Amino acid sequence: MALQQSREQKKPNAAEAKTADTSIPEAARNPPNDAPNKKSEPTRKVVLPAGILGTSNMNSVEREIPVDEPPPLAVNSELAAIGKREPRLDGRLKVTGKARYTADVRLPGMLFAQVVTSRHPHARIRSIDTSQAERAPGVRAVYVLDRVLGNAELRDKSKELPAKYPIVRFAGQPIAAVAASTQAEADDAARLFKVEYEPLPFVVEEDEARKKGAPLVFPGAADQGETAGGGGGPQGVPQEGNVRGPVKGGPRGRPAGDINKGFSEAEVTIEGEFRTQVQTHSALETHGVVADWKEDGLTVYASTQGTSSVRDEFAAIFKLKKSQVRVITEFMGGGFGAKFGAGNVGMIAAQLSKKAGAPVRLMLNRKDEHLSVGNRPSSIQRLKVGAKRDGTLTAIHLFSYGTAGTGTGAGAGGPAQNMYKCANILTEEADVFTHAGPAAAFRAPGHPQGCFALEQVIDELAERVGLDPLALRDKIDESPARREERRVGAERIGWSRRRRAGSDTGPVKRGLGVAQSIWYRFVNLDSSCEVRITQDGSVEILSGVQDIGGGIRTVLAQVVAEELGLKASDVTVRIGDTSFPAGPASGGSVTTGSITPAARNAAFKVKQQFLEQVATALNTKPDNLLLRGGQVAVYSIHSSWSDGDSEGKTFRSKPRQILSFRQAAAKLKTEQIAARASRSDDYGGFAFKGGPDFGMGIGTYGGVQFAEVAVDTETGIIKVERVVAVHDCGRPMNPMTVESQINGGVLQGISYALYEDRILDRNTGLMVNPNLEQYKIVGSRETPKIEAILIEEYMGRSSTDAGGIGEPSTIPTAAAVANAVYNAVGVRMREMPMTPARVLAALQSTTGKGGARKA
Amino acid sequence: MNRFEWTDAATVKEAVAQLNGRAVVKAGGVDLLDRLKEGLEAPERLVNIRNIRGLDRIEENRNGLSIGPLVTLTRLSEDRLLLERYRALALAAGRAATPQIRNMATVGGNLLQRPRCWYFRQEEFHCGRKGGERCFALDGENQYHAIFDNQLCAIVHPSALAVPLMALGARVVLTSSKGTREVELERFFLTPEQNILRENVIAPDELITEVKVPPSQPSTRSFYIKQGEKESFDWPVADVAVVLQTKGNVCQKASIVLGAAAPVPWRAKSAENSLAGKIVNEQSAREAARLCMEGATPLAQNAYKLPVFEAIVRRAILKTVSS
Repeated sequence: MALQQSREQKKPNAAEAKTADTSIPEAARNPPNDAPNKKSEPTRKVVLPAGILGTSNMNSVEREIPVDEPPPLAVNSELAAIGKREPRLDGRLKVTGKARYTADVRLPGMLFAQVVTSRHPHARIRSIDTSQAERAPGVRAVYVLDRVLGNAELRDKSKELPAKYPIVRFAGQPIAAVAASTQAEADDAARLFKVEYEPLPFVVEEDEARKKGAPLVFPGAADQGETAGGGGGPQGVPQEGNVRGPVKGGPRGRPAGDINKGFSEAEVTIEGEFRTQVQTHSALETHGVVADWKEDGLTVYASTQGTSSVRDEFAAIFKLKKSQVRVITEFMGGGFGAKFGAGNVGMIAAQLSKKAGAPVRLMLNRKDEHLSVGNRPSSIQRLKVGAKRDGTLTAIHLFSYGTAGTGTGAGAGGPAQNMYKCANILTEEADVFTHAGPAAAFRAPGHPQGCFALEQVIDELAERVGLDPLALRDKIDESPARREERRVGAERIGWSRRRRAGSDTGPVKRGLGVAQSIWYRFVNLDSSCEVRITQDGSVEILSGVQDIGGGIRTVLAQVVAEELGLKASDVTVRIGDTSFPAGPASGGSVTTGSITPAARNAAFKVKQQFLEQVATALNTKPDNLLLRGGQVAVYSIHSSWSDGDSEGKTFRSKPRQILSFRQAAAKLKTEQIAARASRSDDYGGFAFKGGPDFGMGIGTYGGVQFAEVAVDTETGIIKVERVVAVHDCGRPMNPMTVESQINGGVLQGISYALYEDRILDRNTGLMVNPNLEQYKIVGSRETPKIEAILIEEYMGRSSTDAGGIGEPSTIPTAAAVANAVYNAVGVRMREMPMTPARVLAALQSTTGKGGARKA
Repeated sequence: MNRFEWTDAATVKEAVAQLNGRAVVKAGGVDLLDRLKEGLEAPERLVNIRNIRGLDRIEENRNGLSIGPLVTLTRLSEDRLLLERYRALALAAGRAATPQIRNMATVGGNLLQRPRCWYFRQEEFHCGRKGGERCFALDGENQYHAIFDNQLCAIVHPSALAVPLMALGARVVLTSSKGTREVELERFFLTPEQNILRENVIAPDELITEVKVPPSQPSTRSFYIKQGEKESFDWPVADVAVVLQTKGNVCQKASIVLGAAAPVPWRAKSAENSLAGKIVNEQSAREAARLCMEGATPLAQNAYKLPVFEAIVRRAILKTVSS
């Protein structure tokens, strides 16, 4: 049952750039001259900063913008609140445990739920007997699922025999659930469900699943609805057995040029097969909700990346009006792309709440979290690149397949399609269904895996044509931001120290490597804020947007503070509630770039009201008032003529009166004034508009990461010692929180490169490491020295000119580590995670000491 | 988790009086809680021994070192006497688990913890060690499993402390309501062939009340190396304790025990023999390390452990005399 999904959910799918419909258009790669604003609304011309600060590229740009937009914002160094290193306003609450996460919510009479899941990877359910569970102590409601969300679905349902219960297609699939007075009672009762299975043949390995005669996950072609944040795949793709596709793609959706011609022109070709594993999101806070069903509507506390998208899915499932569903996410313990909709977890909790007539809390345990709520698909990529002897690329051909379990969207073609200049590009991406939990969007869908292949091949090409890897990229990469990032990063890490591959003679060998990131300037136009000023001088901003850890709560306060001449801590931020103006879902790295212009626009609007009313009370003109440093300065003339701060300007007059902000607020005509505003289209337009509320900005985000590693060639241990990560994200709104996201991206990338691996038992189809002990995640002793460096890139695209960093910061890390390993030992690691077993096998295969063993 | 009774024992006598076969002992509770939560065990009673006085001492006397079963791993790792004279033991204690776990985990619990095999640890797999018919690891996912004695059940023994303690020739004192007995650590652990359901000989009504280590000679030197895929919060893929009696730089007697190699802490006898009487240097260490792996029967995915063992055994032998 394809659930109708919200626009928020569908939008970021364009991130995948995998079909003609959703791919990166030409304009995004090669920005056209700005088209004049075609809107009929009145506009005005403004000049905005544009270019990379500190380079010859820094300039300004004239744009025509809607007349009610605030005036252009100067570069960060000239601002008071925006662009400053502002510690998180909620930091103290978080470290003292006072921040209330979904897992902390306790409502009067609240029940606790537990889910009954399948132990079989593929089965028909003959019967479910709930009678014993219903009689168990404390039990208030049981629920048997009649549908399962998240899996792909047969295009033609008649291809499968009708079944009383949903067919089980992976171990861990939810079957039923119970709510009881305590968690212990719910856990005990969940064991009392009698489920009779008819086990069916299954396959969990993608190589096996591709073979003719392999057990089928779906007895016909199947599609998965696009999932939020770029998960899921294109619809209606041809399927044979378990193999769906391949889908052909390239930089403009369709393949570019002719790869055969490109390869025939090549003087050098590099080819390799690269394999990446399935990674689970493993956010600290598992998926969970507290659902409170009442006659007049449903209130849901959810650990989610999208309050609006969760509300929309609940409204669809339960046929409620959107106004009858309220979703609240005060604090959120991590999502990485897997937490957008209501999902099975939300559906189960709300059903139980409806039945029991009491609020129900369902937080998944770690095992179910690994099994059933998303993962990063695996990939097996054959990548071939042709080039001239001078390094110029003539052809790129990627053939990949991977498994998204019972879902789709295992493509890895984004980097190959979009990173480098090449006339002939073809990507062919196939999904392989297996009896394993469905994938979900995961921090830059397809891109970390795609970079692992592409950036190693480019590294190899550099060596083959006798160019430094940075010099080759200077030649084939058109991004001015990445060019600057390479220069800055090389200097910081000491790239000139880099020696020929395998130069160290001892058992422990050191190396330096580099890899690049590409991401897209997605904007969610359904981003609104309200800003209020009250007579006591207090200021609030309200929006449905949620802070998933990136720090938007603090950034919103900075934006309002900048406009009103206050400190960030003077602003109360109320977010994460659908009863506030709708905010964007946090996926596709859209949050800051989407919501901060709305916040500034709203603050600007309310400021105009404020100045008007205060000026009237003071018998002067609004233009004569200046908000700065928590005060209102009253001038005899236009306040901008009196601004003596900038160099070269002199005071025309001193303020004739100074009021505190609070004193001024007391002069408001009513108790409170408020203004609401939304994100407008990018100044100068979008490269591509994917609907009324989704735009893709012109140009891309970059990022260049350098890694320094030590490889113990006797034990196979790779130690990442240092990472220099140089990134651009438009105007950095709060360098401190941007750097935090880069730290997290690098750590998640190292964890992916070296440790994380969802291991399914080949004989039973069960995951053998569904915990955080044997599912290994980078720890404190594996944390290298991380140096995050920000490039300030102004684009003149919105009233804040902010962008995103979440995804670009994790894309190149694994590839940079792999290139550093190659530089250390002179052997390519083509398979992740790069465990001691694989490192030793790779070393052995080249020294001829013994056969390589696939571990 | 099942419901159970709880006894707070104040004395050893009180504790063992409760051990009727349906009760289990709880010290730090680290491993026990995992087992209860996963439904691997459903005891009727937990006997908490944490508050028994006198079981948390570290003392050296004429007969050697006496360690109480309630001594935590943190204390072992920081004890000055151990660091000087029984270094392998202090190093092993300091490298196990995480700081938080080391603050709770006890010597007795570390020796008696159940295997971490991912098949054994999951309720869904009714494996040989749980009374089932097969070892799922043999043709399954066995990258972390045993490379010796792995035909019947391929667990590796999980205790970090057992490795240096066995190399140091330790004995455990077991107390029941009927009295006490002492068992050499080497006879304490059971191979799958001896008993696939249990890892050691302790009876259900017995409590470890002391661990005894023979006196350290001025010529005794020891070292321990753990090699995990990660350094923080990870189990070893290989670990080794080396104890050498030396005269100058000549090894008179060697004791080498491997962890994460077999269902029991694995004594490398031929390596020990090869070192005896030899100058401890790169060459002799390399030869001993090679011999350690003699007779290994790696499974489909864990042959990489052999070179890892060879590397850390050689390094540990050399470290024993060099640092």
